[in-house]
Amino acid sequence: MRTFAYILHKAGVVDDSATELLTAAKKLDPGASPIAIVTGWGPDLDSVCDRVRTFYGEVWKIGSEALAYPNAELVRSALVKVLPTGSVLLVAHEHFGIDLSPGLSVKLNSAFVSDVLDIDGVEGTQVKVVRQEFGGQISTHVRCDVSSGAVINVRPGAFKAANGAPVLGQIVDMSDEVGALSAKRRYIETLVAESGGVDITKYDVLISVGRGIQEQGNVGIAQELADAMGAAVSCSRPVVDAKWMEKSRQVGSSGKTVKPKVYMACGISGAFQHLAGIKGNPLIIAVNKNPKAPIFQVADVGIVADILEFLPELTNKVREARGISAKAGGRQ
Amino acid sequence: MEILVCVKRVPDTSENEIVLNSAGNDIERDDLVFSVNEWDNYAVEEALQIADRVGGNVTVVTVGGEDDEEVLRREMAMGAKHAVLISDEAFEGSDGKGLATILKAFIEKGNYDLILTGVQADDGCAQVGGMLAAMLDYPFASLVNAIEVLDGKRIKVCREIEGGNKEVNEVDLPCVLSIQTGINEPRYVGMRGIRQVASIEIPTPCAADLGIDPATVGAAAAKVRRVDYFVPAVTKQAEMLQGSNEEIADKVIELAKAKGGFR
Repeated sequence: MRTFAYILHKAGVVDDSATELLTAAKKLDPGASPIAIVTGWGPDLDSVCDRVRTFYGEVWKIGSEALAYPNAELVRSALVKVLPTGSVLLVAHEHFGIDLSPGLSVKLNSAFVSDVLDIDGVEGTQVKVVRQEFGGQISTHVRCDVSSGAVINVRPGAFKAANGAPVLGQIVDMSDEVGALSAKRRYIETLVAESGGVDITKYDVLISVGRGIQEQGNVGIAQELADAMGAAVSCSRPVVDAKWMEKSRQVGSSGKTVKPKVYMACGISGAFQHLAGIKGNPLIIAVNKNPKAPIFQVADVGIVADILEFLPELTNKVREARGISAKAGGRQ
Repeated sequence: MEILVCVKRVPDTSENEIVLNSAGNDIERDDLVFSVNEWDNYAVEEALQIADRVGGNVTVVTVGGEDDEEVLRREMAMGAKHAVLISDEAFEGSDGKGLATILKAFIEKGNYDLILTGVQADDGCAQVGGMLAAMLDYPFASLVNAIEVLDGKRIKVCREIEGGNKEVNEVDLPCVLSIQTGINEPRYVGMRGIRQVASIEIPTPCAADLGIDPATVGAAAAKVRRVDYFVPAVTKQAEMLQGSNEEIADKVIELAKAKGGFR
């Protein structure tokens, strides 16, 4: 079993998942020397390869102007040309991995396992992995036959980066193996999200609301608390999907990454995509009426309550503590 | 434009708490409420809106059994013109590739310009659309949150990437797209709408009708299979605050102040 890791990078900077994939590869086969594959173009590609060789023993560099932006269809063509039959390829399960891996496994005629949290043993050609279903409500063991190779998508953050001794891996230039690439899907541009009127990344305290807010009219309850505390209101994905708040307020892997001092999760179940957006180890206070909500396994402090009842109570207390009257509690 | 939307009937996680059964080998399936996969519902709505804008028909398809008919009727009540239930015992236990193989055989019998799936379903694999596109040699884009039809040969799509940013791509038709939630606001379907489509006949092609070799689908062909369900050990638990809302509120203020959250 030859193990490879596809390295994500952006603007010359290697993604955190690169070291996590190394940990996953070692768990798959402790004796293996996984090979990093880096695709790209120009000076960025070289600096990424130089960085990646400090922790991977071998780096396959694939340079092509067509790969300057990681278009999954083009990357797939390149990988199909260089990967030996029966390879196991590890890829981070984020927007690029979701785009690339299922189709790549078809073209390689290998198995595909998605969004893997842990590797729980290897018996011959059977790899046993841990996954989650139903939005993380329950876990499963999944057995994957890797006899004809596999593409394994690994959840970002699930494997801890290894603190191994630095290595000085060799860089193998595979660019000539790839040749001309063309695709029926062409990258045009990236539209950068507007920060909107309120930039939630700039606040020390976030009052973050989820599905538990129930309807758009209730967002004001969270806003009143935020106003009293000098905080901002942020939210989880379902609130944006329901069009109750702007996308610029969303915390999570597809939204903003925030680093507040206090993060108050109100009626938020605690999906991993949401938690991925909370950095800097804030005090997480979770309010949820379901005592089994996964957020209580992540939060520092938990309150089992209906946010629609608890938040106004807290708002009053905050106003009392700060000596503001209800009328003056509005935004300055 | 001929649009096909692949849908799935799943336990509704907003209506059910998914728990382990007493034997510990499966989820508790008694009293589960089922509905159409949330992502698929957005995909159907998007298909209907595209057909409204540029003309065309929307067909919904699922792979399953009798029970799955209800979600097809629901999507027909939304406005899908045709529905197809692909059904065969040989399909039992198919993995993602098995399902993509079945859908590919069906699609090759038709003439679709645009094929939509939801980004993911209950198992969170996010795999069938990408596999299907690769099998058909069609282009694919995942996590799509905006679609603009440019002409009969090309569309422009936005993909949801990190930081709330959007990646804009031009894609040749025919293609497969996986649709992200929030792309639109799916229309409401009332009981009346469902009654109006209750008697429409839904074709149910089997493996032989679609020329599918049973050896390429089902449990025997699956390289990936679920062994069990389990509840992972709790590694961390929040300190749960007890008392009246007032007492708890005082405590929250104290903690937030201590952390420097506010003065």
